[in-house]
Amino acid sequence: MRAFTYERAETPQQAAMAAASTDHARFIAGGTNLLDLMKIEVETPAHLIDVNGLGLDTIEDTDDGGLRVGALVRNTDLAADPRVRRHYGVLTRALVAGASGQLRNKATTGGNLLQRTRCPYFYDTNMPCNKRRPGAGCAAREGFSRQLAVIGGSEHCIATHPSDMAVAMRLLDAEVETVLPNGNTRAIPIADFHRLPGDTPQIDSVLIPGEFITAVTLPRPLGGKHFYHKVRDRASYAFALVSVAAVVQPDGSGRVALGGVAPKPWRREEADEALPRGAKAVMARLLDGAEPTHENRFKVNLAERTLAAVLAEAKE
Amino acid sequence: MSQHPRFKITRRALMIVGAASAASLGLPRLATAGRDGESPTSAPAADDKAATAEVAFTVNGVPRRFTADTRLTLLDALREQLRLTGTKKGCDHGQCGACTVMVNGRRVNACLSLAVMHEGDEITTVEGLGTPDNLDPMQAAFIEHDGYQCGYCTPGQICSAKATLQEIQDGVPSHVTADLNAPMKVTAEEIRERMSGNICRCGAYANILDAVRDVAGEQS
Repeated sequence: MRAFTYERAETPQQAAMAAASTDHARFIAGGTNLLDLMKIEVETPAHLIDVNGLGLDTIEDTDDGGLRVGALVRNTDLAADPRVRRHYGVLTRALVAGASGQLRNKATTGGNLLQRTRCPYFYDTNMPCNKRRPGAGCAAREGFSRQLAVIGGSEHCIATHPSDMAVAMRLLDAEVETVLPNGNTRAIPIADFHRLPGDTPQIDSVLIPGEFITAVTLPRPLGGKHFYHKVRDRASYAFALVSVAAVVQPDGSGRVALGGVAPKPWRREEADEALPRGAKAVMARLLDGAEPTHENRFKVNLAERTLAAVLAEAKE
Repeated sequence: MSQHPRFKITRRALMIVGAASAASLGLPRLATAGRDGESPTSAPAADDKAATAEVAFTVNGVPRRFTADTRLTLLDALREQLRLTGTKKGCDHGQCGACTVMVNGRRVNACLSLAVMHEGDEITTVEGLGTPDNLDPMQAAFIEHDGYQCGYCTPGQICSAKATLQEIQDGVPSHVTADLNAPMKVTAEEIRERMSGNICRCGAYANILDAVRDVAGEQS
């Protein structure tokens, strides 16, 4: 691990200012992803801003019937909140499908959104990776790509976004609240929060330097039946090959989002409209334009079959 | 842990000597910071020189205060600074669970946490759960059910097992919880899922499960 200086932030705006005005600074909250990457020197911050003392760890009711989740609410606490369990079951299901009990106790709501990819070439500093070293090339496209994206990638990067939580939040149309270094705040729809790689795969989100996530808001509950089906190589504690988040209403309408297939949580509202016609109709729209590799072509079929299983369960 | 009386130098002492000589071979020297009353900001890390910060927390009820390289993980602080070697280093990347300890009553991977981030925290390691003469029920159950072979993962397994039962009692759902809104139950399936962050390369899982179920049965 490279040496770094360390400070504890006192307010969100001070954290944002410090991050914007210090070279190679990073926020640290749970640290479960950042420290892992610092140990292998994929991340080499010169300065860490510890935000754990900022509070931001409560879940509050909003005026329009939704919830405002503080950025530092731990994954365990968000999953266990009685309001989330009752009205946002897909979010609880997604959270407990991710990581291990120990990691969920540390990992935060804001940090989970900012996880880096688990693409093996991003982790292996001996291999070229445009996300880790822009311009180096992408070893994944011709390499071991079984885990990687089938849609939304570019010739420069086919990494997937690893978060389960973010897939549920995309399904729920959450908003990400931030504070900027100049003290202004903004709310970013989750659909716009994560970027596709294009020719700048090193930039994962639309956050500007120093911008700090303070909360994630969930709109009023959707009702319906909630599902998060995650297909992976182990029964527990593994990243998704494919995951399907869905809310299905009694009349068969609803929403679908996918994890494990794209550089960001993958949802197209026009695909939701096809839900009453079944999984094949949904996937024809949701995965239209997919460009799988020879190793991950199976994900296209797997996504459709996983959604079919969800829809069968919804009818029970 | 008992030391064999016939050995003058334990393996552990040898490793400490080894570490000390490595330090004398030009690893960056620790510059101490930490003037009393200063804001909790570390001394500068010029180029790749180590930065340090003061930190104080409680381990097994004993207050500890020391100057830490900012890079020091909680795991290395426990083992190398405080000489509490019950907590084990396995993968050092949060994948194996050997380093599981309790921080403010919740299980975490000590390897994925910086020591300087634990100001004021209450940390419990396996040494704080029981002693050879006064075992914690979970420790006794692991012995009773032979819930280990080599024993390296065992301290992490025991900390995680205690937390698992507490989390079920506290109503924290898991991936296998059928009804998110009903009271949680202790089942074999729940224990297996909740213990998936603790790897046992000897494969003692069946006996670990028996040990945890035994303790859960006594509690309920």
